[in-house]
Amino acid sequence: MTQPASSTVHDVIVIGSGAGGGTMTKVLADLGISVLLLEAGPMLSMGDLKEHMLPYHVPHRGAGARGQAYTGGSTGFTYSATFGGAQLEGEPYTVAPGSDFSWFRSRILGGRTNHYGRITLRFADYDFRPRSTDGLGTDWPITYDDLAPYYDKAETFIGVTGTVEKIRSAPDGIFQTPAALRAHDVLVQRSCAKLGIRAIPGRQAVITKTTNGRPACHYCGQCGRGCMTASNYASSYVQIFPAMKTGKVQIIANAMARELITDDSGKVTAVSYIDKTTGSERQVRCRTVVLSASACESARLLLNSKSSRHPQGLANSSGTVGRYLTDTVGSSLGAFVPALVGMPRYNSDGYGTHLYVPWFGLEKQKALGFPRGYHIEVGGGYGMPGIGSFTGIVNRHEGYGVKMKQAIRDEYGTTVSLSGRGEMIPNDKSFCEIDPEVKDRWGIPVLRFHWEWSDHELNQVRHMQETFRAILEGMGGQIAANTGGRGGRGGVPTTTASPTAAGATPPAPLAQARPPISRGGAIIHEVGAVRMGNDPKTSPINKFCQAHEVKNLFVADGAPFVSNPDKNPTHTIVALAWRTAEYLAEELRKGNV
Amino acid sequence: MSDVSRRDVLRRLALVLTATGTLDRVAAAEVHQLAAQGAGGYTPRSMTEHQFKTLERLTDLIIPVENGAPGAVAAGWAQWIDAISSENDQLKTIYRDGLTWLDTTMKERGAAEFLTATAAQQTTLLDQIAYRRNQTPALAPGITFFNWARRMTVDAFYTSAIGIKDVDYRGNAPMASYPPPAESIAYALKKSSL
Repeated sequence: MTQPASSTVHDVIVIGSGAGGGTMTKVLADLGISVLLLEAGPMLSMGDLKEHMLPYHVPHRGAGARGQAYTGGSTGFTYSATFGGAQLEGEPYTVAPGSDFSWFRSRILGGRTNHYGRITLRFADYDFRPRSTDGLGTDWPITYDDLAPYYDKAETFIGVTGTVEKIRSAPDGIFQTPAALRAHDVLVQRSCAKLGIRAIPGRQAVITKTTNGRPACHYCGQCGRGCMTASNYASSYVQIFPAMKTGKVQIIANAMARELITDDSGKVTAVSYIDKTTGSERQVRCRTVVLSASACESARLLLNSKSSRHPQGLANSSGTVGRYLTDTVGSSLGAFVPALVGMPRYNSDGYGTHLYVPWFGLEKQKALGFPRGYHIEVGGGYGMPGIGSFTGIVNRHEGYGVKMKQAIRDEYGTTVSLSGRGEMIPNDKSFCEIDPEVKDRWGIPVLRFHWEWSDHELNQVRHMQETFRAILEGMGGQIAANTGGRGGRGGVPTTTASPTAAGATPPAPLAQARPPISRGGAIIHEVGAVRMGNDPKTSPINKFCQAHEVKNLFVADGAPFVSNPDKNPTHTIVALAWRTAEYLAEELRKGNV
Repeated sequence: MSDVSRRDVLRRLALVLTATGTLDRVAAAEVHQLAAQGAGGYTPRSMTEHQFKTLERLTDLIIPVENGAPGAVAAGWAQWIDAISSENDQLKTIYRDGLTWLDTTMKERGAAEFLTATAAQQTTLLDQIAYRRNQTPALAPGITFFNWARRMTVDAFYTSAIGIKDVDYRGNAPMASYPPPAESIAYALKKSSL
């Protein structure tokens, strides 16, 4: 049974503690506003971070306790503090027939920021005006200039590496000195130059000098596991822990939001949540509420907040909640690079990507056969050996014994991989809605996903594959068969079920076959679903991410995105949340909400 | 683990440790730990004693002792494969069927079974099933199985302290700054002609 709400009325309740919720909490606390933060997972402590663990510190070596790395299924996060995945016990979702979609949910303080790739890219000016540019999608209700001051604030506070390059598709920001390029980065950069493509130092949320009391990076290369010195960005240790010191932040962990409660005037008065530790339902009262639960969870919460006044769910008279869902387009290709064989061995850990290729086709976009761009991330080096690290070498050489061991020594660290990250255009066939039947373990109706890539994305992937091939072959690389199409997420093993398949099939001709595109949701950049807009008939929230119909309801995660440019979303989630937080604080001060 | 095979493992460990002399401390600790497990008696969890010994021999051929550095048996990787397989029905079936295939095939070739076949007989068979190009209907199950055994033995070895040392991974070390050595970059550039 629902327990009666405590009499305390919180100024702001923030639901979810990732990039959006963490930024909201930090900015509001700094402005002297009290925040109650609800997180669906447990608290994190710095002691949970295991970035320096070696594979032999766990009995299964990273293969998963049931050997999932070999036969399919998630191996979980052996070495990182993130609790989450596409499969969460008792928390299902469904996928409509004919669709393919994977929904990664994180359940821990800091959410996915504890493990994400730390790639920190500003959207470009044209990214806010897609419809004006090529007639597809919808323009944002804000411009680059509206958001630029908040990119500045985020970069100054968080710390981002980079160099000033004056490239339109990759706006410059306030950068810290990046780490030097590694040997394979230098080869990629030179090979790109031969093709007339500019490759520039990576823009990573990693600090290379002491920043706000956080020590500089120590270059162990395991950013994806969470950083025990807080030298990269995660909302948990960069924003929420410091915000807690202000005395303005209260956190309820293991609190799964179920429904927003409204009064006769249509304002949200309380949040109903499940206390996961007891399974009982509780309520907390609020003056304002911020949804930062992740794009699809925020949409789900609105759709599940149904009442006689809001039969389609809260803030959803437009019927667009759940619509305009997009993910990043992903495709990758790897090659064995003989020039790296016998190279004097060194520690190549560093941090994340030291080099990336911003979108290079902007000027000739109309001639390319697909409307939107992509960027390329570079992978390589002598990574920490793990499950599957040498499967490629072994498949190439086969055999066994001393000869095979020597091949592994010779070719360790000689693979270079390129991963494309492209823009998907929202379409009518990709959205989420409430499944009419299935409920999670607490009885909360779950989401059902619909997904379809269009030719815009498929043609873009064809171009990616051709470009990857040209870059890799330009440095003498020998393309490995069947390496394309995977998400290629750092820190998450992506092993195929059958080792016999590896190396067996030559790549299909690019122009004909369906190109190797990632599954919907696989890049974990799902955004949209509660988009911003000036027109209440076509968008649930306004240009300040405030619900058109519910003035004390705000959204601060990936849900407000109107489009999903080829820049990883986290930086824009942070900047947008920062802007929303300042607006919310001002509206509170004025008594408008 | 039977007394005989335990003695065998300990004898091999002693050889390995004596031969290397300067075995990395972590690797040594790892070997000792596995030896202790072995001495405590290892009972296969996903296969018969005979199948387990056959797998041990197979892993020994895949990652042999080399220049005194421990190989797969000394490091106990058959145990790791057995433990993982005991939790995974698909792997359990793969190993049970594959190890049976090795024995059946050896019998057809005049030996009693894989384990007791001569080293020459064993490597003759492996030289066939270790390569996709030898694919025939008769050898196909062996090739598929050997691929699994090789892949998992390689994983087990190179995720151990001994294997990580073997490939000379130099990372996972805190650094005050990150300068990749100029000689490495110069080498790669020269060789790539870029």
